[in-house]
Amino acid sequence: MLAAARCIVRRDLLLALRRPSDVATALLFFVIVASLFPLGVGAEPNLLRAIAPGVIWVAALLSSMLSLGRLFAADHADGTLEQMLLGVSPLGVVAAAKVFTHWLVSGLPLVAIAPLIALQYDLPQSLYGTLALSLLLGTPVLSLIGAIGAALTLGLRGGGVLLALLVLPLYVPVLIMGAGSVDMAAAGLSPAGQLQLLAALLVLAAAFAPWAIATALRISTE
Amino acid sequence: MSTVIRWFWFASPQTFFPLAGTAARWSAAIAALLAAAGLYVGFFVAPTDAQQGEAYRIIFIHVPAAWMSMVIYLAMAFWAALGWVLNARMASMLARALAPSGMVFTLIALWTGAVWGKPAWGTWWVWDARLTSELILLFLYIGYLALTEAIDDPKRADRAGALVAIVGAVNVPVIYFSVKWWNTLHQGASVSLTAAPTMAHAMLLAMLLMTFAFWAYAFAVVFMRARAIVLERECGAAWVRGLSNPAIGLPT
Repeated sequence: MLAAARCIVRRDLLLALRRPSDVATALLFFVIVASLFPLGVGAEPNLLRAIAPGVIWVAALLSSMLSLGRLFAADHADGTLEQMLLGVSPLGVVAAAKVFTHWLVSGLPLVAIAPLIALQYDLPQSLYGTLALSLLLGTPVLSLIGAIGAALTLGLRGGGVLLALLVLPLYVPVLIMGAGSVDMAAAGLSPAGQLQLLAALLVLAAAFAPWAIATALRISTE
Repeated sequence: MSTVIRWFWFASPQTFFPLAGTAARWSAAIAALLAAAGLYVGFFVAPTDAQQGEAYRIIFIHVPAAWMSMVIYLAMAFWAALGWVLNARMASMLARALAPSGMVFTLIALWTGAVWGKPAWGTWWVWDARLTSELILLFLYIGYLALTEAIDDPKRADRAGALVAIVGAVNVPVIYFSVKWWNTLHQGASVSLTAAPTMAHAMLLAMLLMTFAFWAYAFAVVFMRARAIVLERECGAAWVRGLSNPAIGLPT
């Protein structure tokens, strides 16, 4: 079981390494979206400091959603997905491994690059830790919930927009807790409560989402 | 053994179809009567509110619509799950028939809320916890409808819709509480819906009448829509073709 998961993680990572532009696209999207906001709302430093956590989190949400379409599409197109469905290893484990790899290539880079955006927004450096921690806890939840939508919209016309309609409302709690934790820290309060709630969401999603993803994959491929 | 309850008797589209027709006609008549009575009490009997004037009367539409929007989402998730687990076609069709009504009630609740908010709060929209959750509920309905409409195969559409409805139903409390906490954190809205003064009896009566009218209306519309879905999906079945052929006879 673990061997299958390790195999899938290694394979998907290798595939991502062979096509680095895919990873870079999502990351650059994140940077560009975040850089557009000051041009829209003005460069007043106090305003930017106030909106920074929210902007960074919304950009992370959109960027994570953008790369979801590719999660199962290639495997679906070349028949690999059907072999995974037929294989002996439980589909939930396969789904969890794929989602984990998706997070490694699309979520983790966001955590690494977020301080750079925070620098643009003149966020105090004492908040970087909270920001990174909230993204570290929150982005896996985005990948887990989003994968359910990606599996359901597999092979449908208008899949991208449909995915956004399905997934974005479900992202709301993560957005609120994630941006809220940084806001709390900025106000001089302890962000521990919000971060613990994020961790709770992560535990819940990690426990139930792989099962839902596996079910959705079966629905979409039968 | 004549006392065995036949739970699945109406799970067959053929037996459900005439029942839904009768129920829809009765529900529509009851809805019209109750709405007429409710609107009469609401507009002519209920006293003018001391603080809000006449504008408060929109709650006779607003509150029942908001209740229905939530009840219908739960009903939709329930029937979708039942249809999926038991492989009961009729339950899945009922879930599909519920979704548009739920979305319309959510829209009405949001719209009337905005119209009421302008004179009462001086603004069309506040990011209050309830308003925001209702807005997200609307997005959940739209997501469900968009997904089920995008899939051509009815069976796959039913199952995909069921999964989305269940995931959404699990998320609704999480969303509600996160929005509530977000609201208290941001200290945004200074107005509260919970601090409403106690109501006069006539107001309460009008609201109850309208609530039951909305229930009856929902039953009527959902049963009619379910009948249309049955006809569409079962158009190959002999009994459906018999409907348009008087020689075979109409089921009543």
